[in-house]
Amino acid sequence: MIRLHDICKSYHTSQGRHEVLKNVNVTVERGQKVGILGRNGAGKSTMIRLLSGAERPTSGSIERTMSVSWPLAFGGAFQNTLTGYDNLRFVCRIYGIDPTDKVEYVQEFSELGSYLREPLRIYSSGMRARLAFALSMLVEFDCFLIDEIVSVGDARFHEKCQRELFEKRADRALIIVSHDMGYVREHCSKLCVLSQGNLSSFDDADEAYEFYHRAIHLQ
Amino acid sequence: MNAPSPAAPSIIEALRIQGRVIYALMMREVITRYGRHNIGFLWLFVEPMLFTLAVTLLWAGLKLNHVSALPITAFAVTGYSSILLWRNMPGRLIGSVQPNLALMYHRQVKVIDVFVARLLIEFMGATISFIALTIIFATFDWMSLPEDLLKVIEGWLMLTWFGCALAILLGALAEDYEVIEKLWHPFAYIIMPLSGAGFIVDTLPKEGQDAILWLPMINGVEYLREGFFGSVIVSHYDMAYMAEANLVLTVLGLAKMLKISREVIPE
Repeated sequence: MIRLHDICKSYHTSQGRHEVLKNVNVTVERGQKVGILGRNGAGKSTMIRLLSGAERPTSGSIERTMSVSWPLAFGGAFQNTLTGYDNLRFVCRIYGIDPTDKVEYVQEFSELGSYLREPLRIYSSGMRARLAFALSMLVEFDCFLIDEIVSVGDARFHEKCQRELFEKRADRALIIVSHDMGYVREHCSKLCVLSQGNLSSFDDADEAYEFYHRAIHLQ
Repeated sequence: MNAPSPAAPSIIEALRIQGRVIYALMMREVITRYGRHNIGFLWLFVEPMLFTLAVTLLWAGLKLNHVSALPITAFAVTGYSSILLWRNMPGRLIGSVQPNLALMYHRQVKVIDVFVARLLIEFMGATISFIALTIIFATFDWMSLPEDLLKVIEGWLMLTWFGCALAILLGALAEDYEVIEKLWHPFAYIIMPLSGAGFIVDTLPKEGQDAILWLPMINGVEYLREGFFGSVIVSHYDMAYMAEANLVLTVLGLAKMLKISREVIPE
């Protein structure tokens, strides 16, 4: 279980304090699939960094009784000047995994071929997404945090994610952050909408959609 | 399989994780800094060795012997190695958070791990270089081995502590104040001749001695040289003062570092 309790998060900007999240409360149970919808800049990525523990809230508390992945996002979590292989070793080292038998899996899953030995900065965004996803599959987390990454990528990548994440790891919890209603609706049983710093939870997808739709057009 | 433990780990488990993270960050630093080409990670100590060697040859060539009765080689090796030890540490920590922000997406990677990894690399480089040069020069009879090894080690560790504490403070301040990075270079440059590497305190007039010993690192260098040359020189130092100064820097540095690590935003 992960429980966010009265989470507030604000950042210093040149225009003063900017409050991104206001008193957010949410609980994610083991095995639950949660989708968080929000417009660009609504605070989705902040939310996911807080859930992962990479960033700390300004106030409020977070309780975690299951292991949570790092946020699977486009840019983050890897060193651009290092090769895919070196990043693989880095991830294995910090999570205490033996990398020797993992190289083949990552190479195959990510379809990077000889590019695995090239620095990440020359990768396309598709290549990055595939590497990021493959690396996150090396650690058996109880809960995966996904920041848009899966909703992009081509059909083949979708099929692989479908198999690895939603079929092989169907028992794990998932928190997917997206602005794409369709994708979230397809995979999640619980939906949340992030709007103006407030998080509203819905068990019914239509209600969530209605609310999200209104939130988009109100602003 | 590789299921990471969920909630708060025990202290032993936490230390194990931190050890793994620091090791991983050190490898990442060494690979990005030196690459896998030519001599690779050997640059870690070959670089400071070349520096010290160049300075030693320069000083020997300029016949800087007039500053003391000490053999010039040993004088240069002890002096310049000490400078490299404490002066490179702040330089490596200032601006070290930014290039590692992406890695902080992993919850267990914190600012302190980045700092410790870089400090360990600097310490290893300077130490191996110091030992290797001493042994090499001793084999050629250009200098003799230290009289009191334990004292040399103590002096070296005190200088390391000073370097680490100063580095953590400046590295943490630099995250909030860009001006630190701009000021550090001229400051390091000005303070270098004052750091006790190129002279021994005993050659100064009494007032000068008292004034210069306010600089913590001079105490360490003098102590280290006493261990190296023993009775040949008269050393001036107050190691209790140096420890106090180091402690103040350490407390300030850690406090500032904890503050920035609460505010850091992984990118």
